[in-house]
Amino acid sequence: MSGADATREQIDAIYRAESRTVLATLIRLLGDFDLAEEAVQDAFLAATDQWPRDGLPGNPRSWLISTGRFKAIDRLRRRARFDAALGELATRLDQQSPDPAEIDRDQVDDDRLRLIFTCCHPALSPDAQVAMTMREVCGLTTEEIARAFLTSPPTIAQRIVRAKSKIRMARIPFEVPPKPDLPRRLDPVLRVVYLVFNEGYAPSSGESLTRPALCTEAIRLGRLLVGLLPDPETEGLLALMLLHESRRPARTSAKGELVLLPDQDRAAWNRELIDEGLALVARAQSADSVGPYAIQAAIAAVHAGAPTARATDWGRIVALYDRLLVAEPSPVVELNRAIAVAMRDGPEVGLELIDALMERGTLEDYHLAHSARADLLRRLGRMTASRAAYESALGLVRKEPERRFLARRISELSSLDEHV
Amino acid sequence: MKYLCIVYADEGAFDAMSESEIATLDEESLANDEELRRSGHLILAQALQPVAAATTVRVRNGRMSATDGPFAETTEQVGGFVFIEARDLNEAILIAARMPMAKVGSIEVRPEFDLVKKVRERQATTDAPRP
Repeated sequence: MSGADATREQIDAIYRAESRTVLATLIRLLGDFDLAEEAVQDAFLAATDQWPRDGLPGNPRSWLISTGRFKAIDRLRRRARFDAALGELATRLDQQSPDPAEIDRDQVDDDRLRLIFTCCHPALSPDAQVAMTMREVCGLTTEEIARAFLTSPPTIAQRIVRAKSKIRMARIPFEVPPKPDLPRRLDPVLRVVYLVFNEGYAPSSGESLTRPALCTEAIRLGRLLVGLLPDPETEGLLALMLLHESRRPARTSAKGELVLLPDQDRAAWNRELIDEGLALVARAQSADSVGPYAIQAAIAAVHAGAPTARATDWGRIVALYDRLLVAEPSPVVELNRAIAVAMRDGPEVGLELIDALMERGTLEDYHLAHSARADLLRRLGRMTASRAAYESALGLVRKEPERRFLARRISELSSLDEHV
Repeated sequence: MKYLCIVYADEGAFDAMSESEIATLDEESLANDEELRRSGHLILAQALQPVAAATTVRVRNGRMSATDGPFAETTEQVGGFVFIEARDLNEAILIAARMPMAKVGSIEVRPEFDLVKKVRERQATTDAPRP
Protein backbone atom coordinates (compact mmCIF):
# COMPACT_ATOMS: atom_id res chain seq x y z
CA MET A 1 0.00 0.00 0.00
CA SER A 2 1.37 3.42 -0.99
CA GLY A 3 1.68 6.30 1.47
CA ALA A 4 -1.20 8.10 -0.24
CA ASP A 5 -3.47 5.06 0.14
CA ALA A 6 -2.61 4.83 3.81
CA THR A 7 -3.46 8.51 4.23
CA ARG A 8 -6.78 7.98 2.49
CA GLU A 9 -7.61 5.18 4.92
CA GLN A 10 -6.65 7.45 7.78
CA ILE A 11 -8.96 10.13 6.38
CA ASP A 12 -11.82 7.61 6.26
CA ALA A 13 -11.19 6.68 9.89
CA ILE A 14 -11.02 10.36 10.90
CA TYR A 15 -14.27 10.98 9.04
CA ARG A 16 -16.01 8.21 10.98
CA ALA A 17 -14.62 9.36 14.32
CA GLU A 18 -14.69 13.14 13.91
CA SER A 19 -17.21 14.28 11.31
CA ARG A 20 -20.06 14.71 13.84
CA THR A 21 -17.81 16.58 16.26
CA VAL A 22 -16.57 18.86 13.49
CA LEU A 23 -20.20 19.39 12.43
CA ALA A 24 -21.28 20.32 15.97
CA THR A 25 -18.55 22.95 16.33
CA LEU A 26 -19.22 24.35 12.85
CA ILE A 27 -22.95 24.70 13.64
CA ARG A 28 -21.98 26.84 16.63
CA LEU A 29 -19.47 28.91 14.64
CA LEU A 30 -21.68 29.37 11.55
CA GLY A 31 -25.07 29.43 13.23
CA ASP A 32 -26.73 27.31 10.57
CA PHE A 33 -27.18 23.53 10.17
CA ASP A 34 -27.16 23.40 6.37
CA LEU A 35 -24.19 25.72 5.99
CA ALA A 36 -22.28 23.69 8.59
CA GLU A 37 -23.05 20.40 6.82
CA GLU A 38 -21.77 21.77 3.51
CA ALA A 39 -18.70 23.04 5.35
CA VAL A 40 -17.98 19.57 6.80
CA GLN A 41 -18.16 18.04 3.32
CA ASP A 42 -15.95 20.82 1.89
CA ALA A 43 -13.41 20.37 4.68
CA PHE A 44 -13.10 16.61 4.12
CA LEU A 45 -12.90 17.15 0.37
CA ALA A 46 -10.00 19.54 0.97
CA ALA A 47 -8.40 16.94 3.27
CA THR A 48 -8.54 14.20 0.60
CA ASP A 49 -6.91 16.66 -1.77
CA GLN A 50 -4.16 17.99 0.51
CA TRP A 51 -3.30 15.40 3.15
CA PRO A 52 -2.04 12.65 0.80
CA ARG A 53 0.32 15.27 -0.66
CA ASP A 54 1.31 17.26 2.46
CA GLY A 55 0.81 14.65 5.17
CA LEU A 56 -1.64 14.70 8.08
CA PRO A 57 -1.81 17.95 10.07
CA GLY A 58 -0.80 17.86 13.74
CA ASN A 59 -4.39 18.26 14.90
CA PRO A 60 -6.71 16.98 12.15
CA ARG A 61 -9.90 18.02 13.97
CA SER A 62 -8.83 21.66 14.37
CA TRP A 63 -7.63 21.69 10.76
CA LEU A 64 -11.03 20.43 9.59
CA ILE A 65 -12.93 22.95 11.71
CA SER A 66 -10.97 25.97 10.53
CA THR A 67 -10.93 24.76 6.91
CA GLY A 68 -14.69 24.16 7.06
CA ARG A 69 -15.21 27.64 8.45
CA PHE A 70 -13.15 29.29 5.70
CA LYS A 71 -14.94 27.26 3.02
CA ALA A 72 -18.30 28.38 4.44
CA ILE A 73 -17.23 32.02 4.39
CA ASP A 74 -16.12 31.53 0.74
CA ARG A 75 -19.50 30.03 -0.11
CA LEU A 76 -21.34 32.94 1.51
CA ARG A 77 -19.15 35.46 -0.38
CA ARG A 78 -19.94 33.74 -3.68
CA ARG A 79 -23.66 33.77 -2.92
CA ALA A 80 -23.44 37.42 -1.81
CA ARG A 81 -23.49 38.36 -5.48
CA PHE A 82 -27.18 37.49 -5.37
CA ASP A 83 -27.94 38.36 -1.76
CA ALA A 84 -26.09 41.23 -0.10
CA ALA A 85 -27.10 40.09 3.40
CA LEU A 86 -24.93 36.97 2.99
CA GLY A 87 -21.92 39.18 2.29
CA GLU A 88 -22.47 40.93 5.60
CA LEU A 89 -22.81 37.57 7.33
CA ALA A 90 -19.55 36.39 5.71
CA THR A 91 -17.73 39.49 6.93
CA ARG A 92 -19.11 39.07 10.43
CA LEU A 93 -18.08 35.40 10.52
CA ASP A 94 -14.64 36.31 9.20
CA GLN A 95 -14.14 38.80 12.03
CA GLN A 96 -15.01 36.31 14.77
CA SER A 97 -11.68 34.59 14.98
CA PRO A 98 -11.64 31.04 16.26
CA ASP A 99 -7.95 30.33 15.97
CA PRO A 100 -7.66 26.52 15.69
CA ALA A 101 -5.56 26.64 18.83
CA GLU A 102 -8.51 28.17 20.68
CA ILE A 103 -10.78 25.25 19.88
CA ASP A 104 -10.12 23.34 23.06
CA ARG A 105 -11.49 20.01 24.22
CA ASP A 106 -14.10 21.35 26.65
CA GLN A 107 -15.52 23.61 24.00
CA VAL A 108 -15.77 20.72 21.54
CA ASP A 109 -17.46 18.46 24.12
CA ASP A 110 -19.95 21.25 24.82
CA ASP A 111 -20.63 21.53 21.10
CA ARG A 112 -21.56 17.84 20.93
CA LEU A 113 -23.95 18.28 23.85
CA ARG A 114 -25.37 21.44 22.25
CA LEU A 115 -26.08 19.41 19.12
CA ILE A 116 -27.88 16.64 21.07
CA PHE A 117 -29.98 19.09 23.07
CA THR A 118 -30.89 21.06 19.94
CA CYS A 119 -31.92 17.93 18.02
CA CYS A 120 -34.03 16.82 21.00
CA HIS A 121 -35.54 20.24 21.68
CA PRO A 122 -39.09 19.81 23.04
CA ALA A 123 -40.36 22.35 20.48
CA LEU A 124 -39.63 19.77 17.76
CA SER A 125 -42.07 16.90 17.27
CA PRO A 126 -40.98 13.58 18.82
CA ASP A 127 -40.60 12.04 15.33
CA ALA A 128 -38.44 14.96 14.25
CA GLN A 129 -36.30 14.66 17.38
CA VAL A 130 -35.51 11.05 16.55
CA ALA A 131 -34.79 11.75 12.88
CA MET A 132 -32.61 14.77 13.70
CA THR A 133 -30.62 12.85 16.34
CA MET A 134 -29.98 9.90 14.02
CA ARG A 135 -29.00 12.19 11.15
CA GLU A 136 -27.00 14.94 12.85
CA VAL A 137 -25.60 13.27 15.98
CA CYS A 138 -25.18 9.68 14.71
CA GLY A 139 -24.45 10.66 11.11
CA LEU A 140 -26.81 8.08 9.56
CA THR A 141 -28.11 8.79 6.07
CA THR A 142 -31.77 9.53 5.41
CA GLU A 143 -32.01 6.10 3.70
CA GLU A 144 -30.54 4.33 6.73
CA ILE A 145 -32.96 6.07 9.11
CA ALA A 146 -35.92 5.29 6.83
CA ARG A 147 -34.90 1.62 6.69
CA ALA A 148 -34.52 1.46 10.47
CA PHE A 149 -37.99 2.87 11.06
CA LEU A 150 -39.65 1.15 8.09
CA THR A 151 -40.66 4.37 6.46
CA SER A 152 -39.73 6.10 3.21
CA PRO A 153 -36.63 8.27 2.78
CA PRO A 154 -38.75 11.26 1.59
CA THR A 155 -40.75 11.09 4.86
CA ILE A 156 -37.57 11.22 6.93
CA ALA A 157 -36.05 13.91 4.70
CA GLN A 158 -39.17 16.02 5.12
CA ARG A 159 -39.07 15.66 8.91
CA ILE A 160 -35.46 16.82 8.94
CA VAL A 161 -36.09 19.76 6.60
CA ARG A 162 -39.06 20.87 8.72
CA ALA A 163 -37.11 20.53 11.96
CA LYS A 164 -34.21 22.58 10.60
CA SER A 165 -36.53 25.26 9.37
CA LYS A 166 -38.25 25.41 12.75
CA ILE A 167 -34.87 25.72 14.46
CA ARG A 168 -34.15 28.69 12.16
CA MET A 169 -37.60 30.34 12.18
CA ALA A 170 -38.37 30.05 15.88
CA ARG A 171 -34.70 30.65 16.78
CA ILE A 172 -34.07 27.52 18.82
CA PRO A 173 -30.68 28.30 20.35
CA PHE A 174 -27.66 26.03 19.94
CA GLU A 175 -26.91 25.61 23.62
CA VAL A 176 -26.76 23.26 26.57
CA PRO A 177 -29.67 24.20 28.83
CA PRO A 178 -28.76 25.96 32.08
CA LYS A 179 -28.62 23.77 35.22
CA PRO A 180 -32.17 24.47 36.51
CA ASP A 181 -33.61 23.50 33.13
CA LEU A 182 -31.46 20.42 32.70
CA PRO A 183 -33.74 17.75 34.23
CA ARG A 184 -36.69 18.86 32.07
CA ARG A 185 -34.55 19.09 28.94
CA LEU A 186 -32.68 15.83 29.58
CA ASP A 187 -35.97 13.88 29.55
CA PRO A 188 -36.59 14.06 25.79
CA VAL A 189 -32.91 13.34 25.10
CA LEU A 190 -33.01 10.13 27.14
CA ARG A 191 -36.39 9.26 25.63
CA VAL A 192 -35.01 9.59 22.09
CA VAL A 193 -31.98 7.43 22.91
CA TYR A 194 -34.16 4.76 24.56
CA LEU A 195 -36.63 4.86 21.67
CA VAL A 196 -33.82 4.27 19.19
CA PHE A 197 -32.62 1.37 21.35
CA ASN A 198 -36.08 -0.17 21.66
CA GLU A 199 -36.72 0.13 17.95
CA GLY A 200 -33.54 -1.92 17.53
CA TYR A 201 -34.18 -4.37 20.37
CA ALA A 202 -37.86 -5.01 19.67
CA PRO A 203 -38.91 -3.37 16.39
CA SER A 204 -42.49 -2.08 16.62
CA SER A 205 -43.47 -3.95 13.49
CA GLY A 206 -42.04 -6.07 10.72
CA GLU A 207 -40.43 -9.41 10.21
CA SER A 208 -37.07 -9.15 11.97
CA LEU A 209 -36.65 -9.80 15.68
CA THR A 210 -33.98 -7.14 16.23
CA ARG A 211 -32.15 -4.41 14.33
CA PRO A 212 -28.72 -4.54 15.98
CA ALA A 213 -27.43 -1.39 14.24
CA LEU A 214 -29.97 0.74 16.11
CA CYS A 215 -29.00 -0.79 19.47
CA THR A 216 -25.36 -0.08 18.73
CA GLU A 217 -26.12 3.55 17.86
CA ALA A 218 -28.25 4.02 20.99
CA ILE A 219 -25.55 2.54 23.23
CA ARG A 220 -22.95 4.74 21.53
CA LEU A 221 -25.16 7.77 22.26
CA GLY A 222 -25.67 6.58 25.84
CA ARG A 223 -21.89 6.27 26.35
CA LEU A 224 -21.38 9.72 24.84
CA LEU A 225 -23.98 11.21 27.20
CA VAL A 226 -22.52 9.48 30.27
CA GLY A 227 -19.07 10.73 29.26
CA LEU A 228 -20.24 14.30 28.74
CA LEU A 229 -22.96 14.58 31.37
CA PRO A 230 -22.63 12.07 34.19
CA ASP A 231 -26.06 11.95 35.83
CA PRO A 232 -27.79 9.04 37.62
CA GLU A 233 -30.54 8.83 34.99
CA THR A 234 -28.09 8.99 32.09
CA GLU A 235 -26.05 6.22 33.74
CA GLY A 236 -29.26 4.32 34.48
CA LEU A 237 -30.33 4.46 30.84
CA LEU A 238 -26.94 3.28 29.58
CA ALA A 239 -26.96 0.44 32.14
CA LEU A 240 -30.49 -0.54 31.13
CA MET A 241 -29.50 -0.70 27.45
CA LEU A 242 -26.30 -2.65 28.16
CA LEU A 243 -28.12 -5.22 30.33
CA HIS A 244 -30.83 -5.73 27.70
CA GLU A 245 -28.26 -5.91 24.94
CA SER A 246 -26.32 -8.55 26.92
CA ARG A 247 -29.28 -10.95 26.48
CA ARG A 248 -29.56 -10.53 22.74
CA PRO A 249 -27.63 -13.71 21.82
CA ALA A 250 -30.06 -15.77 23.95
CA ARG A 251 -33.22 -14.00 22.84
CA THR A 252 -33.44 -15.74 19.47
CA SER A 253 -33.42 -19.47 18.87
CA ALA A 254 -31.34 -21.09 16.14
CA LYS A 255 -34.48 -21.04 14.01
CA GLY A 256 -34.91 -17.32 14.57
CA GLU A 257 -37.79 -17.67 17.02
CA LEU A 258 -38.35 -15.48 20.09
CA VAL A 259 -37.10 -16.98 23.39
CA LEU A 260 -38.59 -15.48 26.57
CA LEU A 261 -36.46 -14.53 29.56
CA PRO A 262 -37.22 -17.64 31.71
CA ASP A 263 -36.30 -19.99 28.83
CA GLN A 264 -33.09 -18.24 27.76
CA ASP A 265 -29.69 -19.92 27.92
CA ARG A 266 -28.03 -17.63 30.45
CA ALA A 267 -24.55 -18.88 29.55
CA ALA A 268 -25.05 -17.14 26.21
CA TRP A 269 -25.51 -13.73 27.84
CA ASN A 270 -22.69 -11.28 27.17
CA ARG A 271 -20.69 -11.08 30.45
CA GLU A 272 -18.71 -8.01 29.40
CA LEU A 273 -21.84 -5.93 28.82
CA ILE A 274 -23.35 -7.22 32.08
CA ASP A 275 -20.29 -6.19 34.09
CA GLU A 276 -20.30 -2.73 32.53
CA GLY A 277 -24.04 -2.43 33.19
CA LEU A 278 -23.81 -3.62 36.81
CA ALA A 279 -21.07 -1.11 37.61
CA LEU A 280 -23.26 1.69 36.24
CA VAL A 281 -26.29 0.45 38.20
CA ALA A 282 -24.26 0.52 41.41
CA ARG A 283 -23.13 4.09 40.65
CA ALA A 284 -26.65 5.29 39.77
CA GLN A 285 -28.17 3.67 42.89
CA SER A 286 -25.83 5.61 45.17
CA ALA A 287 -27.38 8.91 44.00
CA ASP A 288 -29.68 10.92 46.25
CA SER A 289 -32.75 10.44 44.11
CA VAL A 290 -33.21 7.51 41.77
CA GLY A 291 -35.24 7.99 38.58
CA PRO A 292 -37.18 5.61 36.32
CA TYR A 293 -34.23 4.58 34.11
CA ALA A 294 -32.00 3.78 37.07
CA ILE A 295 -34.81 1.73 38.67
CA GLN A 296 -35.46 -0.21 35.45
CA ALA A 297 -31.71 -0.81 35.17
CA ALA A 298 -31.72 -2.12 38.75
CA ILE A 299 -34.50 -4.56 37.76
CA ALA A 300 -32.49 -5.71 34.76
CA ALA A 301 -29.48 -6.09 37.08
CA VAL A 302 -31.41 -8.52 39.33
CA HIS A 303 -32.16 -10.68 36.27
CA ALA A 304 -28.54 -10.42 35.10
CA GLY A 305 -27.33 -11.68 38.49
CA ALA A 306 -29.72 -14.63 38.75
CA PRO A 307 -28.38 -18.06 37.75
CA THR A 308 -31.85 -19.25 36.67
CA ALA A 309 -35.33 -17.74 36.30
CA ARG A 310 -36.50 -19.69 39.36
CA ALA A 311 -33.56 -18.51 41.48
CA THR A 312 -34.31 -14.87 40.68
CA ASP A 313 -34.87 -12.59 43.67
CA TRP A 314 -38.51 -11.84 42.77
CA GLY A 315 -39.09 -10.09 46.10
CA ARG A 316 -36.45 -7.53 45.19
CA ILE A 317 -37.96 -7.13 41.72
CA VAL A 318 -41.45 -6.49 43.19
CA ALA A 319 -39.92 -3.90 45.56
CA LEU A 320 -38.20 -2.17 42.62
CA TYR A 321 -41.47 -2.11 40.65
CA ASP A 322 -43.12 -0.49 43.68
CA ARG A 323 -40.49 2.25 43.49
CA LEU A 324 -40.95 2.54 39.74
CA LEU A 325 -44.70 3.00 40.23
CA VAL A 326 -43.96 6.00 42.43
CA ALA A 327 -41.38 7.46 40.04
CA GLU A 328 -43.38 6.84 36.87
CA PRO A 329 -46.88 5.44 37.41
CA SER A 330 -48.32 3.58 34.40
CA PRO A 331 -50.60 0.60 33.80
CA VAL A 332 -47.75 -1.19 31.97
CA VAL A 333 -45.54 -0.89 35.08
CA GLU A 334 -48.44 -2.23 37.18
CA LEU A 335 -48.73 -5.16 34.77
CA ASN A 336 -45.03 -5.94 35.07
CA ARG A 337 -45.28 -5.72 38.85
CA ALA A 338 -48.19 -8.18 38.77
CA ILE A 339 -46.09 -10.61 36.71
CA ALA A 340 -43.27 -10.34 39.28
CA VAL A 341 -45.77 -10.89 42.11
CA ALA A 342 -46.98 -14.03 40.30
CA MET A 343 -43.39 -15.29 40.23
CA ARG A 344 -42.96 -14.56 43.94
CA ASP A 345 -46.38 -15.59 45.33
CA GLY A 346 -47.79 -17.91 42.65
CA PRO A 347 -49.90 -17.50 39.52
CA GLU A 348 -53.23 -17.19 41.39
CA VAL A 349 -52.18 -13.97 43.19
CA GLY A 350 -50.73 -12.53 39.98
CA LEU A 351 -53.87 -13.36 38.00
CA GLU A 352 -56.05 -11.52 40.53
CA LEU A 353 -53.91 -8.41 40.13
CA ILE A 354 -53.97 -8.57 36.32
CA ASP A 355 -57.74 -9.14 36.22
CA ALA A 356 -58.27 -6.11 38.49
CA LEU A 357 -55.96 -4.08 36.24
CA MET A 358 -57.76 -5.12 33.06
CA GLU A 359 -61.14 -4.29 34.56
CA ARG A 360 -60.02 -0.66 34.58
CA GLY A 361 -59.92 -0.95 30.77
CA THR A 362 -56.60 0.78 30.08
CA LEU A 363 -54.75 -2.38 29.04
CA GLU A 364 -57.53 -3.81 26.88
CA ASP A 365 -55.60 -3.24 23.62
CA TYR A 366 -52.19 -4.20 25.01
CA HIS A 367 -51.31 -7.66 23.70
CA LEU A 368 -48.77 -8.34 26.46
CA ALA A 369 -51.50 -7.98 29.12
CA HIS A 370 -53.51 -10.72 27.40
CA SER A 371 -50.48 -12.97 26.90
CA ALA A 372 -49.39 -12.50 30.55
CA ARG A 373 -52.90 -13.50 31.64
CA ALA A 374 -52.79 -16.45 29.27
CA ASP A 375 -49.46 -17.57 30.69
CA LEU A 376 -50.76 -17.49 34.30
CA LEU A 377 -53.97 -19.34 33.31
CA ARG A 378 -51.84 -21.97 31.57
CA ARG A 379 -49.74 -22.41 34.72
CA LEU A 380 -52.98 -22.81 36.72
CA GLY A 381 -54.09 -25.56 34.32
CA ARG A 382 -57.05 -23.55 33.00
CA MET A 383 -56.29 -24.42 29.40
CA THR A 384 -59.49 -23.23 27.66
CA ALA A 385 -59.35 -19.81 29.31
CA SER A 386 -55.63 -19.64 28.59
CA ARG A 387 -56.15 -20.36 24.90
CA ALA A 388 -58.85 -17.68 24.68
CA ALA A 389 -56.47 -15.14 26.26
CA TYR A 390 -53.65 -16.12 23.86
CA GLU A 391 -56.09 -15.64 20.99
CA SER A 392 -56.99 -12.14 22.26
CA ALA A 393 -53.27 -11.35 22.36
CA LEU A 394 -52.78 -12.74 18.85
CA GLY A 395 -55.53 -10.46 17.56
CA LEU A 396 -53.68 -7.41 18.89
CA VAL A 397 -50.03 -8.21 18.17
CA ARG A 398 -48.25 -6.28 15.42
CA LYS A 399 -44.81 -7.85 15.44
CA GLU A 400 -44.30 -10.88 13.28
CA PRO A 401 -41.94 -12.83 15.63
CA GLU A 402 -44.33 -12.34 18.55
CA ARG A 403 -47.24 -13.39 16.37
CA ARG A 404 -45.45 -16.65 15.59
CA PHE A 405 -44.65 -17.14 19.29
CA LEU A 406 -48.31 -16.74 20.30
CA ALA A 407 -49.51 -18.97 17.47
CA ARG A 408 -47.06 -21.64 18.69
CA ARG A 409 -48.41 -21.42 22.27
CA ILE A 410 -52.00 -21.72 21.01
CA SER A 411 -51.19 -24.79 18.95
CA GLU A 412 -49.40 -26.36 21.97
CA LEU A 413 -52.52 -25.79 24.08
CA SER A 414 -54.76 -27.18 21.33
CA SER A 415 -52.74 -30.39 21.10
CA LEU A 416 -52.92 -30.68 24.92
CA ASP A 417 -56.71 -30.40 24.70
CA GLU A 418 -56.87 -33.32 22.31
CA HIS A 419 -54.84 -35.53 24.61
CA VAL A 420 -56.64 -34.70 27.85
CA MET B 1 -36.57 38.49 18.22
CA LYS B 2 -40.30 39.03 18.73
CA TYR B 3 -42.71 36.30 19.79
CA LEU B 4 -46.48 36.49 20.10
CA CYS B 5 -47.70 34.49 23.07
CA ILE B 6 -51.31 33.66 22.25
CA VAL B 7 -53.25 32.72 25.37
CA TYR B 8 -55.79 29.96 24.80
CA ALA B 9 -58.26 28.76 27.41
CA ASP B 10 -61.52 26.88 27.59
CA GLU B 11 -63.95 29.64 28.51
CA GLY B 12 -65.98 27.04 30.42
CA ALA B 13 -63.01 26.53 32.75
CA PHE B 14 -63.74 29.89 34.36
CA ASP B 15 -67.25 28.73 35.29
CA ALA B 16 -65.68 26.08 37.47
CA MET B 17 -63.56 28.67 39.32
CA SER B 18 -64.68 30.72 42.30
CA GLU B 19 -64.86 34.55 42.27
CA SER B 20 -61.75 34.82 44.40
CA GLU B 21 -59.80 32.33 42.27
CA ILE B 22 -60.60 34.38 39.17
CA ALA B 23 -59.67 37.61 40.96
CA THR B 24 -56.31 36.13 41.98
CA LEU B 25 -55.65 34.97 38.41
CA ASP B 26 -56.49 38.41 37.00
CA GLU B 27 -54.23 40.19 39.49
CA GLU B 28 -51.38 37.74 38.92
CA SER B 29 -51.70 38.24 35.17
CA LEU B 30 -51.46 42.03 35.51
CA ALA B 31 -48.52 41.69 37.88
CA ASN B 32 -46.77 39.39 35.40
CA ASP B 33 -47.31 41.92 32.57
CA GLU B 34 -45.81 44.61 34.79
CA GLU B 35 -42.83 42.38 35.55
CA LEU B 36 -42.27 41.78 31.82
CA ARG B 37 -42.52 45.53 31.17
CA ARG B 38 -39.84 46.22 33.81
CA SER B 39 -37.50 43.54 32.42
CA GLY B 40 -37.86 45.03 28.93
CA HIS B 41 -39.51 41.94 27.40
CA LEU B 42 -43.02 43.31 26.99
CA ILE B 43 -44.13 44.95 23.77
CA LEU B 44 -47.87 44.73 24.32
CA ALA B 45 -50.26 42.65 26.42
CA GLN B 46 -54.00 42.55 26.00
CA ALA B 47 -56.82 40.42 27.35
CA LEU B 48 -59.86 39.94 25.08
CA GLN B 49 -63.64 39.69 25.45
CA PRO B 50 -65.07 36.13 25.15
CA VAL B 51 -65.60 34.66 21.66
CA ALA B 52 -69.33 35.45 22.04
CA ALA B 53 -68.27 39.04 21.28
CA ALA B 54 -66.25 38.02 18.18
CA THR B 55 -67.09 38.75 14.57
CA THR B 56 -65.27 37.16 11.64
CA VAL B 57 -64.75 39.28 8.53
CA ARG B 58 -63.95 37.98 5.04
CA VAL B 59 -63.72 39.56 1.61
CA ARG B 60 -64.33 37.22 -1.31
CA ASN B 61 -64.62 38.37 -4.92
CA GLY B 62 -64.79 41.90 -3.68
CA ARG B 63 -67.74 41.20 -1.38
CA MET B 64 -67.38 41.61 2.33
CA SER B 65 -69.10 39.31 4.77
CA ALA B 66 -69.16 39.63 8.55
CA THR B 67 -70.33 36.61 10.53
CA ASP B 68 -70.91 35.88 14.18
CA GLY B 69 -68.33 34.03 16.19
CA PRO B 70 -64.74 32.90 15.71
CA PHE B 71 -63.34 31.46 12.52
CA ALA B 72 -62.90 27.97 13.93
CA GLU B 73 -64.83 26.04 16.56
CA THR B 74 -62.30 24.61 19.03
CA THR B 75 -62.45 23.65 22.67
CA GLU B 76 -59.97 26.36 23.64
CA GLN B 77 -60.47 29.96 22.57
CA VAL B 78 -58.08 32.89 22.30
CA GLY B 79 -58.45 34.87 25.49
CA GLY B 80 -55.67 37.36 25.02
CA PHE B 81 -52.11 37.81 23.87
CA VAL B 82 -48.73 38.99 25.10
CA PHE B 83 -46.30 40.28 22.48
CA ILE B 84 -42.73 39.97 23.74
CA GLU B 85 -39.12 40.49 22.79
CA ALA B 86 -36.92 37.51 23.69
CA ARG B 87 -33.36 36.40 22.98
CA ASP B 88 -34.47 33.08 21.50
CA LEU B 89 -37.18 30.40 21.75
CA ASN B 90 -35.82 29.11 25.06
CA GLU B 91 -36.26 32.51 26.70
CA ALA B 92 -39.70 32.90 25.08
CA ILE B 93 -40.76 29.49 26.46
CA LEU B 94 -39.57 30.42 29.96
CA ILE B 95 -41.53 33.70 29.77
CA ALA B 96 -44.66 31.89 28.53
CA ALA B 97 -44.34 29.31 31.32
CA ARG B 98 -44.42 32.11 33.92
CA MET B 99 -47.73 33.46 32.60
CA PRO B 100 -50.46 32.67 35.18
CA MET B 101 -52.85 31.70 32.36
CA ALA B 102 -50.50 28.82 31.43
CA LYS B 103 -51.86 27.05 34.52
CA VAL B 104 -55.47 27.34 33.27
CA GLY B 105 -55.14 27.19 29.48
CA SER B 106 -52.20 27.05 27.12
CA ILE B 107 -49.86 29.55 25.53
CA GLU B 108 -48.94 29.28 21.86
CA VAL B 109 -45.54 30.85 21.24
CA ARG B 110 -45.30 32.16 17.65
CA PRO B 111 -42.09 33.68 16.29
CA GLU B 112 -42.31 36.89 14.30
CA PHE B 113 -42.12 36.75 10.53
CA ASP B 114 -40.28 39.66 8.92
CA LEU B 115 -42.65 40.55 6.08
CA VAL B 116 -40.86 43.84 5.41
CA LYS B 117 -37.58 42.01 4.83
CA LYS B 118 -39.27 39.46 2.59
CA VAL B 119 -40.86 42.17 0.45
CA ARG B 120 -37.56 44.10 0.23
CA GLU B 121 -35.66 40.98 -0.80
CA ARG B 122 -38.24 40.25 -3.48
CA GLN B 123 -37.95 43.80 -4.76
CA ALA B 124 -34.16 43.58 -4.79
CA THR B 125 -34.21 40.56 -7.09
CA THR B 126 -36.54 42.22 -9.61
CA ASP B 127 -35.11 44.87 -11.90
CA ALA B 128 -38.03 47.26 -11.80
CA PRO B 129 -37.08 50.37 -9.84
CA ARG B 130 -39.33 51.13 -6.90
CA PRO B 131 -40.14 54.46 -5.36
